[in-house]
Formats: sequence, structure tokens, C-alpha cells
Amino acid sequence: MSLNVMLHHLVPALAAAGNSEGGEMHQPGPNDFWQPLIHIGGNDNFAITRPALVALATVAVIGWFFVSTARSLSVVPSRKQWYAEQAYDFVRNTIGRDVIGAKDFKPFLPLLLTVFFFILLNNVVGIIPFVQFPTMSRIAFPLVLALIVYVVYNVTALKRKHGLIGYLKSLVPPGIPPGINVLVFVIELATYLIIRPVTLALRLFGNMLAGHMLLLVFFVGAEYLLFESQGIGMKAAGAVSFAGGVLMTFFELLVEVLQAFIFTMLTAVYIADAVSDHH
Amino acid sequence: MSITALSFLAAAGGEEAVNPLLPQPMEIVGALVAFGILYWLFKTKVVPNMEAMYAERTAAIEGGMQQAEAAQAEAAAAKAQYEAQLLSARTEANEIRETARAEGASITGEMRTQAQAEAARIVDNAQRQIEAERQQAVVSLRQEVGTMSTTLASKIVGESLEDEVRQKGIVDRFLAELEAGDVRPEKVGSAGQDA
Repeated sequence: MSLNVMLHHLVPALAAAGNSEGGEMHQPGPNDFWQPLIHIGGNDNFAITRPALVALATVAVIGWFFVSTARSLSVVPSRKQWYAEQAYDFVRNTIGRDVIGAKDFKPFLPLLLTVFFFILLNNVVGIIPFVQFPTMSRIAFPLVLALIVYVVYNVTALKRKHGLIGYLKSLVPPGIPPGINVLVFVIELATYLIIRPVTLALRLFGNMLAGHMLLLVFFVGAEYLLFESQGIGMKAAGAVSFAGGVLMTFFELLVEVLQAFIFTMLTAVYIADAVSDHH
Repeated sequence: MSITALSFLAAAGGEEAVNPLLPQPMEIVGALVAFGILYWLFKTKVVPNMEAMYAERTAAIEGGMQQAEAAQAEAAAAKAQYEAQLLSARTEANEIRETARAEGASITGEMRTQAQAEAARIVDNAQRQIEAERQQAVVSLRQEVGTMSTTLASKIVGESLEDEVRQKGIVDRFLAELEAGDVRPEKVGSAGQDA
């Protein structure tokens, strides 16, 4: 088994993207992220894609871990329970309780936990061999999450601030002179209704797409330089590219965890905003 | 990286350009299903159990602290009791010592009295013995003196008294006097018997 074939085995994305036997170098692009696996009918819209299956697989893993742990909890934790508690407590205390407040955070715990662990695992599988696809680099996933958060914080605000009028009134902080008053209201309204969900979805999507594309560039380039091109200089450049790709993989891990944290943190901030009594 | 640049890259790859900002419907369904399942699991199976366990743990820790406080109070009570016992034991020991001392003194006194009584008894006994021996000596001396004086008197009076008949007569007379109840010989007899 040649190294080339092995690399293709270990990096399925490469297998899909870098099949450029003897020809020109494949240039990684957004098309590489369109990976329908099961076609239903002739329409691409209804094809079951690789990220959809990855998402369901991560749900199975997260669900198994937490449900199996939560089924037999004891006051003195086992090792597995301790790990689960650390993860749970991070979302519960650091994100939920500290941001939303001890009084109101409990009803939102399932949402925060779901959002955090769903994004975290789907991001991290982007660098895990044999999966190696960041689900969130497909706009549908961050979009759905952002819309769910959008609905939750707006509905909560409508409930807490006594209806639509109260909600709209709460957008403008008191003590702003008339005239500027209106301007602030428009900006705030745009923030709450448009900017927040869009940025929430696009931030996660963009980071994951760009990060994974960067890895593709490094590894596809390394493969081309090492195996397709001639000359010691090209091979050396290929080795450097490979090393750079490995380095970027660690960097990518950091970004993946950070993005999961940021998304969940912002979710908590928006909810905190909605449950707060004043602006 | 702008969308046009991405499109350019894709075009350079020789494929039909895909707009990455257009969600695929099936992936939206997949995302909703995945999120829905996970949310349901967290809401019904994980969060209630975890929160219940935390509440239980808080209760257990509080209970443990109460238990510790109770144990401390118990220890303090035990200590107080022990000290009280020690104090009473010390008092008791003192009492016993005092009693023993008093008893010892009384025993010594008693012994002394007994010894003195014994000594007095011994002295008394000795004196009485001496007295009895003296009496005996007096009696026997009197008898001897009597006999000797009789003998001496008979020697002085002469042979006549040695006459058997007369002698018999005197003795008879003396015996008769004795039977008649003369006091003198009884006195002598009782003194002799006493010895």
C-alpha cells in the first residue's frame, strides 16, 4: 500500500477532493463540501448528505454518553460520572448560571447543553480521522441552530417584557434624548431581529468552512507536491506544507472548541437579555 | 474570502459552482431532527437526573455537616461528663483517704486501749496470784506455826499431855467444838481451801 493510498484512506476528504491522478492539482473549494451520500430520487435537494449523517452520529454519541451516565448517578461520582459532571457543569455554571443568573437559568439548561455539545462534537469531528467533516461548514446546520436560538430569546422576551409593546419599549434604554431615541430604537431593533441571528449563524459557518478549507489546501497541496511533482525542491515544499497542515490542525482544534463556546455563550447572553427586567 | 473568489476556485476545479450560503433542504431536516433528538434527551433524561443528584449532594453535604456538628456536641458532652466524673472520683478519693486516716487513728487508739487493758489485766492477774500465794504462804505458815507452837507448848508443859488418854480427850473436845460451830477453825479451813 503506497503512502498515497494510505493518505487517501486516512483522509476521506482528500479521497473525495484530491483525486487528481497525474493531472493538475485539484484546487479545494466550496464544492468539496457538497457530499451527497444517499440519493433519493433525482433531486439533489433530497439527497442525504455526509454532514447530515455525521450530525446524527454525534447525537448518538452525545446522547449515549450523557443518558447512560444520568441513568445511574450517585452522590459520590464514578470516573465516568465525574467527566460528565465536569462537562455538564461547564455549561451549567460557567455559561448558564453566570450569564443568565441563578434565578432564571434552569429552564434554558437543556437548550444550552444541546447547543454546546452538538456544536462542539460536530466541530471536533472535523479533524477526527475517518469522519473529518465539520458539519457546521454546511450553512443549514448553523442556520437551524441560530433560528432556534432566535425564536427562544424572542419568545422569552415577549413573555418577560409583557408583550410586544413592552419588548419594543425595552429596546431603548431610558434617559436618551428624543430624536436620538428613534435612531437607537432602529439600531436596536435591527440588532435583535436581524443582526444577531445572522452573525450567530455566519460566524460559526464561516469559521468552520474556512478552517477546513485551509486544512484541505495544506494537505491537498502537500499530496500534490510530494507525489505528483518532480524535483527535490517541490518535495521539500510538500513536506513543509504537510507540517503546516499538521500545525493548522491543532489550531483548528482550538477554533472548533472556541466557536462552540462562543455560540453557546452568545445564546446565553441573548437569553439573559430577554429575561432581564431592565433593558 | 469572498463568494466570487470561492466560485472562481470552484470553477478552476472544473466543476459546477455551488453557493455555500444556500442551505440544502435535507440538511435542514437533518439538523432539526438531530437537534430535536438531543434536546429531548437532555430535557427528559439528563437535566432532571443531574439536577436531582446535585440537590441530593447538597443535602448530603449539609446533612454531613449537621452530623459533624452533632458529633462535636456529643464529644463536648462526653468530655464534660468525663471531667465531672473525674472531679467526683477525686472527691471520693479524698473522702476515702480522710476516712482511712480517721479509721487508722481510731484503730490505733483502740489498739492502744486494748493493749493498756491487757497490760492492766496481766498486772491484775499477777497481783492476784501474788496475793493468793501470799495467802497460801500465810496459811501454811500459820499451820506450821500452830503445829510448832503446839509441839513447843507440849514440850514445855511436859509429858502429861503426851498421855494417850488425855490426848484423846483433848482431841475429842476439839472436834466437838468444831461440830458445835466454832468460827475459828472454819476461817482457817477456808483460807487453806482458797490456796
